Amino acid sequence: MNAIVISAVLGVVMMFCGVFTNSKPAVRFVAIIGLLGLLIANVLDMGGYHFFNVNVNGMLAFDIFGLLFNTIAFAATWIYFLLSGRDMERVGVNLAEYFALIFFVLCGIAIVSAFNSLLMLFLGIEIISIPLYILTGSDKRNLKSNEAALKYFLMGAFSTGIMLMGITLLYGAKGSFNMEVIRSGTTTLTPMLAAGLLLLLFAMSFKVSAVPFHFWTPDAYDGAPTVFTSFMATIVKVAGFIAFIRLFEGCFGEVHKQWQLLAAIITAATLFIGNITAVFQQSVKRMLSYSSIAQAGFMLFALVAMNETAKEGLIFYAAAYSLATIGIFAVLLKMKDYTFEGFNGLAKRQPVLAATNTIFLLSLAGIPATAGFWAKFYMLSAAINNGNVMWLVIVGVLCAAVSVYYYFRVIQAMYFKDGEPQEIETSRGFKGLLIVIAAVVVLLGIFPHWLINQLYSFFYL
Amino acid sequence: MIPVLLIVIPLVSGLLAFLIKQEKNVKVWSLLTSLVTMVVAILGIAVFHKPEYLHTDVAWLPNLNSSFSLTMDGMSKLLCLLTGIAYPGIFIATWHSTYKNPHQFYALMLLMQTGLLGVFVASDALLFYFFWELALIPAYFLCSIWGGERRVAVTFKFFIYTFVGSLLMLVGIIWVYMHTPDHSFAMTSFYKVNLPGNTQGWLFWLFFLAFAIKIPLWPFHTWQPDTYEQSPTAVTMVLSGIMVKMGVFGILRWLAPVLPVGLWGYGDPAASMCVIGMIYASVVAMQQDDLKRLVAYSSIAHMGLMGLAIFVTSSIGIQGVMIQMFNHGINIIGMWIVVELIERQFGTRKMSELGGLAQQAPSLAIMLVVVSLANVALPLTNAFIGEFMMFNGVFSSKASNYHYIFMVVGGISIILSAIYTLNMIQKVFYGNTSSLTANARDIRVNEKFVLAVLLIGIVIMGVYPKPMIEATKHAVDAIYSKMFIKLP
Repeated sequence: MNAIVISAVLGVVMMFCGVFTNSKPAVRFVAIIGLLGLLIANVLDMGGYHFFNVNVNGMLAFDIFGLLFNTIAFAATWIYFLLSGRDMERVGVNLAEYFALIFFVLCGIAIVSAFNSLLMLFLGIEIISIPLYILTGSDKRNLKSNEAALKYFLMGAFSTGIMLMGITLLYGAKGSFNMEVIRSGTTTLTPMLAAGLLLLLFAMSFKVSAVPFHFWTPDAYDGAPTVFTSFMATIVKVAGFIAFIRLFEGCFGEVHKQWQLLAAIITAATLFIGNITAVFQQSVKRMLSYSSIAQAGFMLFALVAMNETAKEGLIFYAAAYSLATIGIFAVLLKMKDYTFEGFNGLAKRQPVLAATNTIFLLSLAGIPATAGFWAKFYMLSAAINNGNVMWLVIVGVLCAAVSVYYYFRVIQAMYFKDGEPQEIETSRGFKGLLIVIAAVVVLLGIFPHWLINQLYSFFYL
Repeated sequence: MIPVLLIVIPLVSGLLAFLIKQEKNVKVWSLLTSLVTMVVAILGIAVFHKPEYLHTDVAWLPNLNSSFSLTMDGMSKLLCLLTGIAYPGIFIATWHSTYKNPHQFYALMLLMQTGLLGVFVASDALLFYFFWELALIPAYFLCSIWGGERRVAVTFKFFIYTFVGSLLMLVGIIWVYMHTPDHSFAMTSFYKVNLPGNTQGWLFWLFFLAFAIKIPLWPFHTWQPDTYEQSPTAVTMVLSGIMVKMGVFGILRWLAPVLPVGLWGYGDPAASMCVIGMIYASVVAMQQDDLKRLVAYSSIAHMGLMGLAIFVTSSIGIQGVMIQMFNHGINIIGMWIVVELIERQFGTRKMSELGGLAQQAPSLAIMLVVVSLANVALPLTNAFIGEFMMFNGVFSSKASNYHYIFMVVGGISIILSAIYTLNMIQKVFYGNTSSLTANARDIRVNEKFVLAVLLIGIVIMGVYPKPMIEATKHAVDAIYSKMFIKLP
């Protein structure tokens, strides 16, 4: 509860911040400190310090899984503020509003990670989506940004409608919005339930940009100001997965087999289309959009496998993927040319940027000794443990091999190709932070349990 | 303690080498640390026999039952020794090669050594996979930065090939892990797994692909000639001398004892691939004009024979493979040194442009002839005993239905290898001198030294192979007994 209330309040604070001051560093400072406070409040929530005791009538349920995810999402956002906060200034004049909108998104994330009623799920998803439509179109004079926002909004509104329809049908079948009621009792596959389930599956697939509901993603991500693409492609995307998992976890047990096959097909399609299309991109930004689809395919393994390993793995995946992608976007933001050629010769001019970027790319590709390896490892383990979907596992690893192709193209450009490196201005703090993140990625790659064990032992011993 | 040192010394010295900017200093530093590694490897084999020196087990991932567990047993001893000896040899032999950013080059070379030694001593499946992949990353950068003209594309192909194989192996490892009695990645637990026959069958192919790509066996070999040709020679030596042994080692350590039924069931198709590869590679080698490509293809043929000897499953053949892994490493490095010397002096690797070298550079000629003869496994050279045992194994195999055919076809490839090797000697060293070779110099002292040591080793091991046979006997029995326990 801490996170929901405080993030909403912080959003309002940031809005007023823009009224009282015009100083951009001040606004950024308030946002960074505020988010740090939010992060601490959420960690305290995990430890049992609940600041607000609101009776929610069972519509929200705060478990360690959701709170842990919040922690990761907030920490990733905090890093994102530190790395790329300065770049938000270049988007437009309304810096405070951008921060405010991001805090509202975080509020939505805190809701979807704790929803226990389909209504709260709907509310959370909407709270996430609406600020994102605005952020996508925040570069007002840019036609591409406007187009992306409109496209995103239309498609998003459409999928929200489908989701509502699904919720309604499910309500008709089970007689309640409450997840516990829906989970309990026998489930027979009535047409109403099947239709509701399918519509929900499709709507959620749209939100996490699973194939064949992914068409908005490349355009929206490409058109949006890059600094916001970074946020959308990482933290927001993994939040969708948390909602997805919570929705389908323990639910519809008896019809598990039926929807699992469908989920597996969606997963395979997502992996395949995401990876293959990413291969043909000429712009790194667009490649990262497709890579986010491809990575979503791997995260969908958690949905197909649906066991404890998968849940733990998804949390880890969220952290590994967000850290690496935020890092790459932070470097990308400093460049003027987003094509692969733009990275030519970067290693000579900016060895630190190139080296850290390499570690992030290796992590995304899932090479051992980086966090990304364990993310994939957990997903594969979960699916193998499930036992029914070996074909999907094989598709997954082959697609992971394809992903090496486009991630390594960036490494090749940076290290092996000569080119006129672009003028890049970076501060020492920025480089230092990148090094710290890269070190965390490697440390998590060697001792993946260290962080989580520390958190657990801190609160539960 | 010993295996930990073997990993830590090159790792630390490699990381430190990034900081040494002067070329001379970094060369000396790498040579010294690689000598230390060699001494440690020799000490582990010759002096410290007690198991507590050769085994380390530290908790790593308790949640997954995976530990940082390293063991030096019979087979890994031999390969650690090979890695330990090869590195200083390579550094000395390529002492006069210059690289841009030498500190990065040597640092990556040492990091690659960490990965290689890690693969050979890891006795935990997950740790094995870690090192397996980590050995590849420095290799990727080494070939891509310092290689020939087509280096980037060629190395990329190599990387993706091996990465596909590794990932499939990872799936196999996780599957076996799920079915271990105590849910653990430890090698001992893996050996206890007894899976049903058909499961072993498809798991066999998952593991097999990873190893077959690494070895490389036909038809997964296409990355190999290009990569060998384009890589800087020092890296080629490591790749062909040591890294490809990872594949053979992987089969013997992680495939045969874990999935023996799969190996028996699919031994014949796999062995057929090896045999086809041997003939194919030999025929292609005969057409080559480029020395590097010739050696590369001959390496495919020799590795194919090792694969064949494993897949027909007989204990003498497997012992031959172990001995041959070591000897082939020595011989092929010798071959590369000679090729490198020729290329550095004349700027070409084309046999058609060379000739008559024997008069100008007699020492070089002697070296090449001996190394080449060892490569075709002439009696009294080290490779003879290994190949003899392997053929013996193929001949006496009880697991394979077609072992006589394999035997005959494999024998033909040996004849072919003699043809192209002798042809090469003739073209390069005898006949008329060309304009390029007219003013040839003989080789330098450091190169003479390395080659002389190699030659002495080749002859000693060829004449007196008993220590090696005894050293591997125990390891073979261990593997073989584990395989037979699980057979129906």
